[in-house]
Amino acid sequence: MSHPQNATVFLKDKARAKWHDDTLWIVREKRDATIHLIPEWEQLRELASQIKDHTLSKLDYYLEELEKNATANGIKVHWAENAEEHNQIIGKILEEKKCKAIVKSKSILTEECHLNPFLEERGIEVVDTDLGERIIQFLKQPPSHIVMPAIHLKKSDISDIFHEKLHTEKGNVDPVYLTHAARQHLREKFLQAKVAITGVNFAIAETGEFVVCTNEGNADMGVHLADTHIACMGIEKLIPRRKDLGVFLRLLARSATGQSITNYNSHFRSPSPGKELHLILVNNGRTKQLAREKFRNSLKCIRCGACMNTCPIYRRSGGFSYGSTVPGPIGSILSPGIDLKKYSTLPFASTLCGSCTDVCPVKINIHEQLYEWRQEITKAQGSSLKGLSMKLANGIFTSPLAYKISGKMMRASLKTLPNSVIYNPLNAWGKGRNLPELPTESFKDWYKKNRNEQ
Amino acid sequence: MSSKASILAAIKGLNMKEKPLPEIPVFDVAPNLVEAYTLALNSNKGTVLTKKELEVLITESSFQKIYSSSPTFNQFTNCELPQHPSDFADLDLAIIEGQFASAENAAIWLDDSNLDLRAIPFITAHLVIVIKKENIVGNMHEAYERIGSTNSGFGVFIAGPSKTADIEQSLVIGAHGAMSLKVVIL
Repeated sequence: MSHPQNATVFLKDKARAKWHDDTLWIVREKRDATIHLIPEWEQLRELASQIKDHTLSKLDYYLEELEKNATANGIKVHWAENAEEHNQIIGKILEEKKCKAIVKSKSILTEECHLNPFLEERGIEVVDTDLGERIIQFLKQPPSHIVMPAIHLKKSDISDIFHEKLHTEKGNVDPVYLTHAARQHLREKFLQAKVAITGVNFAIAETGEFVVCTNEGNADMGVHLADTHIACMGIEKLIPRRKDLGVFLRLLARSATGQSITNYNSHFRSPSPGKELHLILVNNGRTKQLAREKFRNSLKCIRCGACMNTCPIYRRSGGFSYGSTVPGPIGSILSPGIDLKKYSTLPFASTLCGSCTDVCPVKINIHEQLYEWRQEITKAQGSSLKGLSMKLANGIFTSPLAYKISGKMMRASLKTLPNSVIYNPLNAWGKGRNLPELPTESFKDWYKKNRNEQ
Repeated sequence: MSSKASILAAIKGLNMKEKPLPEIPVFDVAPNLVEAYTLALNSNKGTVLTKKELEVLITESSFQKIYSSSPTFNQFTNCELPQHPSDFADLDLAIIEGQFASAENAAIWLDDSNLDLRAIPFITAHLVIVIKKENIVGNMHEAYERIGSTNSGFGVFIAGPSKTADIEQSLVIGAHGAMSLKVVIL
């Protein structure tokens, strides 16, 4: 399925699509309101960008530093070349612990590695503990947004699934009631779990510690009650110094939701006495992206989701339309690096307006990279239909006569073209759009007629 | 080749030119830190109380199980510290001391030296953190300067009660962790 096809499905429910668009724009506005309270905001973005650029330029050094310091702290460090190896490492730890149920808190990486189906096939119960993630887990859906995983759902949907799974009152759509029902349900899971899995927001090479940020407190509920904590991170999550966190924690939540900080920002350095702490460093294609100079700095991403909230296409097509673990503008520059063919329509799911680049807290030039990917994809596809029309256009602009004739032809044909041609499935942009009204004469004709009248 | 070796070799093979690591400058902070702190905490849905106000609140409340590791409020403790944190699943109120706080976002720093069990501030139904007025700093840069290179196994910035907006963006307090956060500034 391509992005335009998926977007069509999303847009069938017009009222819901409008709600989605408006709601995400409100989040964008909250972000704007909060950053205007920080006079040094632009300086912070520049610092964050430089810190990440620096780290990526010495990533091998900092990874080894992290391993050395974390190991000295009592953390067991593992390396995984790909998703399969990541899952195997977790599977092995759980086997050693004879663990049949785990609690997990928001981790886009474990989603990327398809950890849940891997564990479930082995008879292990996986409970996603972030409220939004638990909701979509009940519905067997992937997240549609990296910060607000259930943003595509209405409270009536959530009420229905909670009625089915948690036996809440039928038709009770009160968010407080539903949240507290989930609290009771998940508390039982937290109290029973022996192993907790979390993602990582930042890992610090200098101190060998890592930081996990949540608002719900689900990561902490999981890991402090369990005997074993397994944290999974992509190798790009590194920063050099502890004090760099000052920059990133000021940027992350403000960019994500407009809060000044997430309510829980936990720094894990060594396990509690008698407990175990594992850290898995995962590559899964990241070194390949690092090797692509034009796309290297997409690895600076701190997963705030600001580019999604501001994107006119994301807001109007929904996270599922991208068909990738990370949707939206940042997903559209990360995913083609993983599978160019599968994600070939994503870099075209953009107006190239540049709003994503403007809000990015680490200054990734997202819209420029979207444009670069379009060129890579066009090259890879050879002379596709689009390529042919580009060649035709090229011919027209190099010959003045062809240009003159083509203008007349275009005005004539656009008037007479049946709608089925303009609004056919090959032309995704025809949907929901009207052609402009055509002038009756060309500028050239108009100039000829009018130049002597002055 | 091990995965570690292959990942490191792939990066080394790129021969990337080192880019500079910037120093973090000093930024201006709010002139009145207590006032700024109180505002920030309110917007995170927490509240500032005086010592007296907290004493009245506890006396008039129906909290069954209270644990205070703050000497200032020791008299309210009515239970023992359990072996396993899950035995605190029915804890109604925890009172703990924070080391310092950042005025720009209300975040309070606690580490193992403040936490008799790491789970306490999360598993308790209601949380009170006690800080000293002179330990409020301006922003997160100053906060990390205060942390310096201290060597605690666990540390956390807590800035509000547990909350979520995962159901249609409606803010609900008390997702998994503490359903309220009160901060006493001494």
